[in-house]
Amino acid sequence: MNNAIPKWVDIGLIPLLNLLLALLISGLVVAIIGESPIEAVKVMIQGAFGKFGIGYTIYYTTNFIFTGLAVAVAFHARLFNIGGEGQAGLGGVGVALVLLAVPWPHWTIALLVASLAAMVFGAAWAAIPAYLQAKRGSHIVITTIMFNLIGSALINFLLVGPMKAPGMAPETSVFPPEAAIPSLYDMFAVIGVSFDKHSPANISILIALLAAVFVWFLIWKTRIGYAIRAFGHSEDAAVYAGISPVKIIMVAMLISGALAGLMAVNTVQGQARHLVLDSVLGAGFVGIAVALMGRSHPVGVVLAAFLFGILYQGGGELSFAMGIPPEMILVIQALVIMFTGSLENLVRVPVERLFFSLRKGGAA
Amino acid sequence: MELLQLMDSALRLATPLLLAALAGLFSERSGIFDIGLEGKMLAGAFAAGAFATFAGDPSYIGEYWSVPIGLGLTDPLKIPLGSWGVWSVWIGLGAAIIVSIILAMIHAFASITLRGNQLISGVAINFFASGTTVLVAKQWFAMGGNTPSLDGSQRFSTITLPGAEAAADIPVIGPIYEGLISGHNIIVYAALAAVPLSWWVLFRTRFGLRLRAVGENPGAVDTAGISVVKLRYSAVLIAGLLCGISGAYLSLGTSAPGFSPEMSAQRGFIALAALIFAKWSPKGVLGAALLFGFLEAIGNKYQSIDIGAFVIPVQFMQALPYILTVVILAGFIGKAIPPKAGGEPYVKER
Repeated sequence: MNNAIPKWVDIGLIPLLNLLLALLISGLVVAIIGESPIEAVKVMIQGAFGKFGIGYTIYYTTNFIFTGLAVAVAFHARLFNIGGEGQAGLGGVGVALVLLAVPWPHWTIALLVASLAAMVFGAAWAAIPAYLQAKRGSHIVITTIMFNLIGSALINFLLVGPMKAPGMAPETSVFPPEAAIPSLYDMFAVIGVSFDKHSPANISILIALLAAVFVWFLIWKTRIGYAIRAFGHSEDAAVYAGISPVKIIMVAMLISGALAGLMAVNTVQGQARHLVLDSVLGAGFVGIAVALMGRSHPVGVVLAAFLFGILYQGGGELSFAMGIPPEMILVIQALVIMFTGSLENLVRVPVERLFFSLRKGGAA
Repeated sequence: MELLQLMDSALRLATPLLLAALAGLFSERSGIFDIGLEGKMLAGAFAAGAFATFAGDPSYIGEYWSVPIGLGLTDPLKIPLGSWGVWSVWIGLGAAIIVSIILAMIHAFASITLRGNQLISGVAINFFASGTTVLVAKQWFAMGGNTPSLDGSQRFSTITLPGAEAAADIPVIGPIYEGLISGHNIIVYAALAAVPLSWWVLFRTRFGLRLRAVGENPGAVDTAGISVVKLRYSAVLIAGLLCGISGAYLSLGTSAPGFSPEMSAQRGFIALAALIFAKWSPKGVLGAALLFGFLEAIGNKYQSIDIGAFVIPVQFMQALPYILTVVILAGFIGKAIPPKAGGEPYVKER
């Protein structure tokens, strides 16, 4: 007997219902603080897609694609990498170090070395928790939380000490102009399309989309991807099939850390052009919500990242237009994580029951 | 003298860590991971600050206790007040406990009843608390997410233990008694008393034995005819209670009382670290909380420490609790072994 529910229910209907529940409760919260939820949605959509908003929406989406993919790759090996925040922060340190070290002759080269540095530093920050999980069985959730906090202390130390620019603020010097990567304004100008000049969106969105394709290829088309999925499905079966847990944990976490680190190319090289405190601003944690909502599939992750991009840009607009505090975004984010993550069975169990009873009825 | 001052401030800083780590102890010993300590503390801190304000602030006291509830209602909710003002701090504490328990029950429902992922649930609760506290604070008080500063009966006052002033002149013992042991508020003493109490509950009562068993081997407990679900719910409930007290201490028990956004400042994670550092034992939790409190006290007092050959930056002191926890987790200094069934939802066999 086939016990599986149809695929469209599993990856379409159930996540959609979970998301709807989360948004419904969010609307309720808006109503409780005395504002109209419908008006709020309108303001958010206008804020996210308006002439000056869309660039920011794309900028946030880029961040969330990187961190979402990072969490997703680890999820496939049944590892919960909660350390995206620290890995992305260290990625920023890598970017700043290479871009300040030597004057790079052209932005293409600067982009290449900055990306490599971001990946290496992000992966390095994931490496110790990964090693401790693989070799000593230390719980990766706890160690990655600790590494977030250690990382933030380290970045703090670097920015008031060794890497600090002259002046008062805890930040590095501004990168040389040759290291500036093209913004979407520059890119659209080439084909004669006008785009908001002040938007922070830049060429990193293409790197993010490439990264999504890479993750899809890695997870579903390569031997190691197969091994990662097998390991995530059943560790015992994977070991029996000759897959080394140490190797899988290390590979999955290093790729995960590298993806999180890559986010710094968008924020540090693309937007801020120097390293500041708090360059990640919670994007590492948004990655958890994005991966859960996107069900760890690159297509889902890109869509979910876009949704969160809209939420972050449009949510910021809420405080200007309606006086709804920007913390509303955090509440919605929490509800999305809750309903698509920990409370998932609230919808899944009844829907599955419904389908089984329908099938029984059909068979009889 | 300087050391005494440091230890005094270490004790104050250790108190919220101690309470939250004990909360984690109950929850995790029953097999429910709790990385939502931070969120429960923060929500508790806000509820305490808000309700102590409502109960004790003259602008809120009239014939009624007015709560601007929102929901499109133009009139605030009116609750007859009488003379509750003197009880403000206790009303604040009660509110903190209730709010923290509500969050704990969401965690319990997700992890026990729905068998969802306990770690994800904790993450969600942390975000939920950090968003809603500021959202509601802005709505109720319009002070940028803060509550008004509190004084008088709205805060926990310090207690001078009997004979402290008289004993101050006795060498050695006098200053320790007067300067270190005496002069804290009730929550500090309650937190210290909670350690032997927790030990007694966990290791000397039938409830405690069952609670620990359910964290190691829920199947066996179930076979003995004892409800796994009930035990785990009670453990998470106790965790909610303790986190609420811990949060109330942050906003009502420190030298500048009142709630401010993100005032828990990662203490929930330091408490989690303390719990692991303590290898899930009550006695160890006391030691770890005092150690981490001491490190924080040093970090607050000195910007950097010059030990001759090189200078230890303050950021290193801040990160030390986390580094020590990773070292302990790695098993290089004695192995920290978590409860065996931790994080796994229990599915009854049919």
